[in-house]
Amino acid sequence: MIQLRLETRQHTPAWLRLALPLFAILATLVVCGGLVTLAGASVLEAYSKLLLSAVSSKFNFVETLVKAAPIAFTGLAVAVAFRAKFWNIGAEGQLLAGAMAAAFIGGRGALPGWSLVPLMLFSGMAAGAAWALIPAWLKTRYKVDDVVTTLLLNFIMFYLMMALVDGPWKDPLSGYPDSPDIRMDAEFPILLGGTRLHLGVVLAFVAAPLIWFLMRRTTAGFNIRAVGESATAARYAGINIPVVIVGTAALSGALAGLAGVGEVGGIHFQVMAGLSPGYGYTGIVIATLALLNPLGVLPAAFFFAVIITGAEAMSRATGVPVFLADVFQGVALISMLIAILFTQYRVRLRR
Amino acid sequence: MPGERGPILAMRGMSKRFGSVQANADVDLVLRPGDILGLLGENGAGKTTLMNMLFGTYTPDSGEIEIDGRPVAISNSADALASGVGMVHQHFHLVPRLTVLENLMIGRPGSGGRLDRRGARGKLAQIADRFGLTLDPDTLVSALAIGEQQRLEIIKALFRDARILILDEPTAVLTPQEADALFDALRAMAGDGLGIIFISHKLYEVKAITNRAMIMRRGKVTATIDDIGAVSERQLGELMCGHEIRPPEKPASEPGEALLTLREISTEPGAAGEGVPLRAVSLEVRAGEVLGIAGVSGNGQLEVAEIIAGVRTSASGELTVAGQVVVYPNPRAIQDLRVGRIPEDRLGTGLISSLPMSDSMVLPRIHQAPFSRFGVIDRKRTREFVEHQVERFDIKCAATDVRTGTLSGGNLQKVLLARELAFDPLVVLAAQPTRGLDVGAAQFVHERFLEVRQAGGAILLISEDLEELFLLSDRIAVMYEGRIMDTLPIEEATVQKVGLLMAGAETAA
Repeated sequence: MIQLRLETRQHTPAWLRLALPLFAILATLVVCGGLVTLAGASVLEAYSKLLLSAVSSKFNFVETLVKAAPIAFTGLAVAVAFRAKFWNIGAEGQLLAGAMAAAFIGGRGALPGWSLVPLMLFSGMAAGAAWALIPAWLKTRYKVDDVVTTLLLNFIMFYLMMALVDGPWKDPLSGYPDSPDIRMDAEFPILLGGTRLHLGVVLAFVAAPLIWFLMRRTTAGFNIRAVGESATAARYAGINIPVVIVGTAALSGALAGLAGVGEVGGIHFQVMAGLSPGYGYTGIVIATLALLNPLGVLPAAFFFAVIITGAEAMSRATGVPVFLADVFQGVALISMLIAILFTQYRVRLRR
Repeated sequence: MPGERGPILAMRGMSKRFGSVQANADVDLVLRPGDILGLLGENGAGKTTLMNMLFGTYTPDSGEIEIDGRPVAISNSADALASGVGMVHQHFHLVPRLTVLENLMIGRPGSGGRLDRRGARGKLAQIADRFGLTLDPDTLVSALAIGEQQRLEIIKALFRDARILILDEPTAVLTPQEADALFDALRAMAGDGLGIIFISHKLYEVKAITNRAMIMRRGKVTATIDDIGAVSERQLGELMCGHEIRPPEKPASEPGEALLTLREISTEPGAAGEGVPLRAVSLEVRAGEVLGIAGVSGNGQLEVAEIIAGVRTSASGELTVAGQVVVYPNPRAIQDLRVGRIPEDRLGTGLISSLPMSDSMVLPRIHQAPFSRFGVIDRKRTREFVEHQVERFDIKCAATDVRTGTLSGGNLQKVLLARELAFDPLVVLAAQPTRGLDVGAAQFVHERFLEVRQAGGAILLISEDLEELFLLSDRIAVMYEGRIMDTLPIEEATVQKVGLLMAGAETAA
């Protein structure tokens, strides 16, 4: 009889950390290939559109980068929080909090024009952090489950936003349930003429190595990891657990808030229902695929941006519904969660 | 005479492999009615694996088991019980909210779902009669002392008509007097024709209670002793660890001023039966002195350790380190007063299993020079420190960044010692520092403690191993139900006296 056995690894080789996400993506492509066939399209044709349209032109490539920016931020937010085992499923709500703060500040006529962009960034981070502090406080003070609170606060924030833009904050000019546009001075600078390559995209690419440095090279990051891996041992070693949890939550919320600021300052210039098509949740998939490594978040975010932009091209060319992109995310998350087992265990075949 | 009848149990060619570890290799074991067989070996020698195969917890890779000369297939504990094999584990499997009688009846193949309380009562009385194992059938298990819970576990096995009884380190939770009572019961059972397997690494116990012994090392049987009276404790020890053992020398030492003082420390009762509250605990450990704390597990020793480590707050009383009153005790303040802490649960409380060993080693000091400056970790200095300690303490690891949890118990303890002794502590708090370690590793730990004592440090040694306490301590304090019963100078302490105090006697007269 052949037996499959799981054995604990002493060490996770570096190549495996790179190979596993690729393996998970490959598995996802195979599974979703079945769905493409069910939808009546040729797998090869659909996948070539899905994966290659993003790099088929300079414009498409830049658009993909623009799409990658918010999910890179939410991916970083989740990666930081999960390291401390603060299960922040609430990047979506924190993103919206940041977006609303930015849209509010960006529309203030009384502020000097030069101050708008920095103030939007700052207030967006503060709003995202504040929204994340609620579950962190509930967790550290009353041991309320953070998965539940962070998730539910997403809906509270979304419907709060909708109530505002359909009421006191409704754009008087358009009459739609949108907030008024921000001032011209508040729009993020465009870095490449004729595209939407805005400041937020650059910030995402700068934030990733900064967060990596914080997590790997500073005592703050060390403490976050220690608390996440063993709160008992961390406490015994003199680390103040509530401070670390609250600080991590604030950082995570601020990063998610920046995702919202970028969407308002660089893309939509207002807040409305479709501001985030679930970027906060995509962040969970990205952080998982990156094995919570902040540097890994960038390629993972880029990959999902490719899928999101490519899904439309695929849909136009082959008739496969764009919703395949959502299925793709879900399958990728599950594949990666399975693949992560292999960082800790190896499979042995025994006769 | 035992031995004239056929064996009650024969295990032949038992082998079991876990990953790259051969836990049992071709092990034979024969047990005759009336035998009390000592199964000796260091941690990881394969004793528990062998017994778990007999009890059906593990499936052997190869080998066969015969009971009363008939081959049996045991693939789970129900099979084992049906074949007459009972096992008393180190951790009890009892339901605290049920009574003694109800615990006995759990899992009994009943008569059509009806509970036969009357029959069970009768059988319990019979067992009490035959072996001197008495318990009130209507007491809740939660109200039983640890020793009584163990008795219930034994009764449970007998209740199922076990004729082969396995006891895994049964005396770890008992006072010496309770252990004697257990031994009497075991002799009665052996006299009745049962076969008993007694797992232990305490040599004097094996000498005292068994008539035969089997010694295992690295998954193999290295010696079988058919007459325990013919070998000395020392010979047993050498057979067990494979080399000569020499206890460390404890040089004379003149204690200096008090470095650690607990004055009238009391704590609130914990939530839902967690631990015991401390009641006016006063202790003093002086420079160049080892103060041992003896006590049956769960009498407040853990609480004392947690108070000193700064992870538990006291309701009243005062903690003083090196003449300084600790007003707001917390782990960092305690560490800054140069107190080294070896917690009881080394992997759960001391180290972090999933982080690299190097991270575990610098965990409590990462915020300080030389490990970091302005919040940025100095990787070079940190690496140098870890490498130096690995060399100094001879820590066996493939690399310094292997996951902490993959190290062996002895190496884990060395990582903790290296971490806590590296910065010349004034006080060392050590709880169960050699539990689960093999003889060599335990000796290493003892030698380090004696070095600290020679250098003028104060050591508070909390241990359930009396041999260790008598070996190292200058004075022994005994705890019972959250109180210090008495503190005896080592010259006046005897196992008898300490044992009485552990059982709650007011004086050790």
